[in-house]
This record gives sequence, structure tokens and C-alpha cells, in this order.
Amino acid sequence: MKKLASTLPNMILSLGIITIASGALLGWVYSITKEPIALQAAAQQQAAIAEVAPAFDNNPEADKWETEINGVPFTVYPAYDDGKLVGAAVKGSSMNGFAGEITVMCGFEADGTVKDYRVLQQAETPGLGTKMEPWFRDPAGARSVIGKNPASTSFFVTKDSGGEIDGITAATISSRAFLETMRNAYEAYRNYEKNKSN
Amino acid sequence: MKRYWNIFYNGIIPSNPVFVLLLGMCATLGTTSSAYNGLMMGIATAAVLICSNVVISLIKSLVPDKVRIPAFIVIIASFVTILQLAVNAWLPALNASLGIFIPLIVVNCILLGRAEAFASKNSLFASFLDGAGCGIGFTFALVLLGGTREILGTGKIFGLTIFPEDYGMLLFVLAPGAFLALGYLIAIVNKIRKTC
Repeated sequence: MKKLASTLPNMILSLGIITIASGALLGWVYSITKEPIALQAAAQQQAAIAEVAPAFDNNPEADKWETEINGVPFTVYPAYDDGKLVGAAVKGSSMNGFAGEITVMCGFEADGTVKDYRVLQQAETPGLGTKMEPWFRDPAGARSVIGKNPASTSFFVTKDSGGEIDGITAATISSRAFLETMRNAYEAYRNYEKNKSN
Repeated sequence: MKRYWNIFYNGIIPSNPVFVLLLGMCATLGTTSSAYNGLMMGIATAAVLICSNVVISLIKSLVPDKVRIPAFIVIIASFVTILQLAVNAWLPALNASLGIFIPLIVVNCILLGRAEAFASKNSLFASFLDGAGCGIGFTFALVLLGGTREILGTGKIFGLTIFPEDYGMLLFVLAPGAFLALGYLIAIVNKIRKTC
């Protein structure tokens, strides 16, 4: 077949057909992937809440409470067992990482002791800042935040004055952002407690 | 038959996209912090390359010369977006490790380069083979570079420990190490290519 000549109508028609066909194809793919993507996100969130919060018998997502710490939105997913507050999962983020936003689901016991955490989203340097998921649960040295209470332990890296948590080697900025999220999440949890007792 | 084999083989070694043509350096340097990431990025790029080569070859006589570049880019971008949506929906773990580099496949010079230099002039089957060859060549290069960086930087290969991480040279996981490792690999590959 001979190639179409580069006349104006030919060019408009050809590009038009290609873009319309691409658009239609993309629309179709978007419509079939929309549901799995939403399900993935919801499942990930639910799994993260169940993993980090103490055992509960309510629906933390239905009882969620939203607040703001230093202008950043934090969501508290309270965990109740037998009608008593046993702790919470707190989702929050920090923009002070090395690259992009860091979102963490932090789990607290009723008294504010860190039970567990999950890093939901981050774009730190591969091999360095990305180690935050295993690093802050590693019992070596003063790396772990688990079992520590931000009220009695200073959630800053040891490099900074008064800090009591070892930052990730060669990723101090990522470590600071992670600990900042933890501190703010703790504050959000405390605010929720206060707000509830009033 | 020999001709088809040559088309396929050409992209793997004689004009390997990374080691010989030096195309697509952004994705090459950015995603090869480990052998696994390199492999996944290579497969993703190869998939888009094969699809775009086939489609472009199919519609080559319907695209007037003056608008061929925007037409090719629209086709490539559509396939990349489809890939990204699919990865998001069914392979969330891969999405977490490759992140921003999947949309960046659009601007990978190999895709437009093969569309312009090969698929827009050759038959459907030859274009498919060319896409597959270049895709495999790209994947091979990324795995080699990723593996080199991972083993020098962390003492692991595909996550398997070879020597303790404390002896690894952190530099190789970071961007400067990517340039160093790539430079030496290009030198070695070209030396081998010349001798045989």
C-alpha cells in the first residue's frame, strides 16, 4: 500500500483517528482496572490497620477521626475491645523526606506505646531510605521504635541533640521524616483521646 | 530465515540498546539499583516495545510522514499507560518498587528509535522480531548492570546474600555508582564484542 501524502486533511484525519482509538482503548482499560486498583488500596489499608493496632472488635474505619497536626492531615482509626479503647492505628504523612511524601500507618497501645508500624508509601533512595520498613523494628542498638513510648522516649535521631533512636545509616533525612510522622501520629492519638473524653 | 534471525539477534548483542547504542540511559541508570528491579523494568519496556513496534508497523502506510512522530508517541504513550494501570491493579508490589519509572518508559529513546528506524519501514513480523530482540537486549543489559551494582553495593544478588552487607560499597547503590558500573560494563562488553 502506498503511503498517504502529507496533505492537511490526511494529517488531521490520521492523527485524529489514532488519538480517538488510543483514547477509547485507554478508557476501556481504565474502566476494567478501576475496581481492582480501588480494592487493592482498600485491602492494603485494612490489612495495615489490622497489623499495627491491638486486637479489636469494632470497625476502626467506620469510627475514624480526622485531625491536623502542623497542617498535615492525620487519620486516627481507634481500636475498641469490649467497648474499651485499647489503642489505635494512625495514618499520617510527612513531606520532609528525601524524595516525595512518606505515609506511615502507626499502631499505638492505649497508653501511647508504639505497637507496630507499616510504611504505606515512600519514594526514598533505593537501598538507603527505603530500609525504613525493616530498620525501625530491628532490635539492634537503639534502632527499634517498637515498645517505646513517645512520651518517655525522645523520638528524634541520636545525631540530633536529645534523640534516642538510631537513624538509618546514610539516610538521616529519611529517618527524621519517619520519626516526625511517628511523633505527630502520637500527638494525633492523644488529641483523639482528649476529644473523646470531653 | 537467516534474515529474521539476524533482525532478532541484532538487538541483543551487535546493537544492544544500552551497551552499544547508549539509548534510554535515564531508565537504565535510575532503575538498576538491584537485579530484580532491572529485570522488571526490562520486561516492562520490552512489552511496550513489542506492542508499539507491531502496531506502528501495522498502520505505517496510513500515517503521513509529517505527523509520524506525534502519531508514534501517542501509540507508545497509550501502551505505557495501559501497562501502568495493569501493574497498579494486579501487581502492586512491582508498582511500589518501580514507581515513577514506569510512566517514564514513554520517553525512552529506544521505543521511538525502533519505531522510526525499523517498524515504520518493515513488515509486521520483522518489526515484532526487532522489538523482541531489542527488548531482550535491554533486559539483559539492565539485569547485568543491576546485578553488578547490587553485588558490589550490598553483597546480594536477587536478594540472596553472597557476602555480608557491611562489606558492600554503598556508592554502587547510589547514582554515581550507576555511572561507574555502566562505564566499566560498556568497556568490557565492547572489548568482548571486538575480540569475537
